Amino acid sequence: MSNLSTNPEKTRMQKMWHSNIAYSFRRNPVAIVSLAVFLLIALSTLFAPLLAPFDPYDMTQFNILDSELPPAWEQGGEARFVFGTDAQGRDLWSAILYGTRVSLIIGICAVAVQALLGITIGLVAGYVGGRVDSLLMRLADVQLSFSTLMVAIIFLAISQALFGSETFNEYALFILVIVIGVAEWPQYARTVRATVLAEKRKEYVDAARVLAFGPLRIMIKHILPNSISPIFVISTVQVANAIISEASLSFLGLGMPVSQPSLGSLISSGFDYIFSGSWWITTIPGIVLVVLVLVINLLGDWLRDVLNPKLYKG
Amino acid sequence: MFAYLVKRVFQAAVVMFVISLISFSIQDNLGDPLRELVGQSVSEEVREQLRDELGLNDSFLVQYGRFAKKAMRGDLGTSYFFKEPALEVILKKLPATLELVLGATFIIIGLSVPLGVFTAIRPHSIFSRVIMGFSIIGISVPVFLTAILMIFVFSVEMRILPSYGRGDVVHVFGYWSTNFLTWDGWKHILLPSAALASIMLPLFIRLIRSEMMETLQSEYVRFAWAKGLRPRRIWFVHALKNTLLPVITVGGVQIGTMVAYTILTETVFQWPGMGFMFLEAVNRVDTPLIVAYLIVVGFIFVVTNTIVDLIYGLVNPTVKLARMGA
Repeated sequence: MSNLSTNPEKTRMQKMWHSNIAYSFRRNPVAIVSLAVFLLIALSTLFAPLLAPFDPYDMTQFNILDSELPPAWEQGGEARFVFGTDAQGRDLWSAILYGTRVSLIIGICAVAVQALLGITIGLVAGYVGGRVDSLLMRLADVQLSFSTLMVAIIFLAISQALFGSETFNEYALFILVIVIGVAEWPQYARTVRATVLAEKRKEYVDAARVLAFGPLRIMIKHILPNSISPIFVISTVQVANAIISEASLSFLGLGMPVSQPSLGSLISSGFDYIFSGSWWITTIPGIVLVVLVLVINLLGDWLRDVLNPKLYKG
Repeated sequence: MFAYLVKRVFQAAVVMFVISLISFSIQDNLGDPLRELVGQSVSEEVREQLRDELGLNDSFLVQYGRFAKKAMRGDLGTSYFFKEPALEVILKKLPATLELVLGATFIIIGLSVPLGVFTAIRPHSIFSRVIMGFSIIGISVPVFLTAILMIFVFSVEMRILPSYGRGDVVHVFGYWSTNFLTWDGWKHILLPSAALASIMLPLFIRLIRSEMMETLQSEYVRFAWAKGLRPRRIWFVHALKNTLLPVITVGGVQIGTMVAYTILTETVFQWPGMGFMFLEAVNRVDTPLIVAYLIVVGFIFVVTNTIVDLIYGLVNPTVKLARMGA
């Protein structure tokens, strides 16, 4: 039964190296490059405090005389500020490092919230079935019929008006995670439910029931591990979407405040200066955002092709 | 079918009820209508008396009942800022937003069908690969960034297209104002609707492509080939027709999503539509206008989704049976 008895000398790493996923990964240059770029971005945001020459959250380090300096390679640029400065005289390179960190944290945490809610609801709906199932799925239908962005914009706009912008800015990160997390749970719930319905009929579930295992144990220890691959596939796409949603909301001024900018708020703060020719404040964070989302999407595409053999690549 | 229709309409009514409840509780908690009416310079006793007269001391349910009754008649309160009925303010802004969505829809249909069909028929050609490559980049670029980029290229650098506003509009049928009758109007609507279309276009190309590829594998298409029909007839008459069904339903749902994205495009282009107005209303804490926007947009979402579901039930017999039972 177990792989260990047939190949006792193989370590876990070796098994991973020889698995289908690893094989297809090595054969796919797009996936390799995407993962490399993603890791590069993720690591540089992780070590942002070490890499950034300035602290973008510390107002005392800004000098208004340094404002709107172009990138170092342009005429008038200074070597201190590789990517130039924004309207407040903040070093753009440091701001981008910290901003990408904020965007990634929000994206990943929001998807964690989505997954937690969606997987729980999907498991229950699929396993219990009947009225519970139809009620939960109706709820998912209704939730999905309102676009996430719409719900998030309205919710954030109103909470900003209710709490006042100071309190709002303090908890912006937390509120964004919750809003994007709650608005997208049906994506997970639907996928999980569909796989649970298929898995529920299989013999191993019957066997577990015969052994008198409780429904909770069967759901979490038996069915969930077998439904994990579609969850992986949507997770990548969902992280990309969450990052875009966060950027859009921050762009509208409903997300991260300018004192703690995410990529979206950086782009937004630069938009006012684009007509005066200061293109870099908007464009450079914009490129970082697009590259980040693009590599996640490309990885998601590759993962879907590998884990879902039914879909062939044209 | 009739039972399905009743069920669907009932569900829509429930959703609408929930939306109105949420909207009302927002109105109840956001801002003080009394201060908007009389300002700060009125004594506490007079305030209390006014509060009683206006019914602000009644229970939540009584107040909601009054709100719902008025809302049914189309009275959603008066905007604090515009000093006009909130519903009227929104209806004046509605044409701008709807024309934006319409323009984007034309661009999406005009491009996604030929491109989707081509990539499905010739999946290995270089052109197809380029389209698919662009489509994944397109999915990864947020709509506001596309819009900014377009402004930068076409308005700031090349100076051939205007960057904000609606330009010259023509009033038709009483209050509806349209961009489509003047050259200036066309020039103004081109960039915003192209930006709005850019977010949906990749999605639709991919959808049409995958549906078309699936259809091309089916038995009846193979039979048509065996019969010796001309390729064009098979692609565009036999296969495309069956491809469009899921595309239409997804499209219907996406119209609602487009209304959400109009908030972003309208902000970038300062397009005087509903979305732009909503954000301004939020900044001014113009509660009646916020509430009216919620109800109007909620209504648009509920109506489009119900209609799409009904059409889907009508044209797709397999789904109809399964769904009617549920």
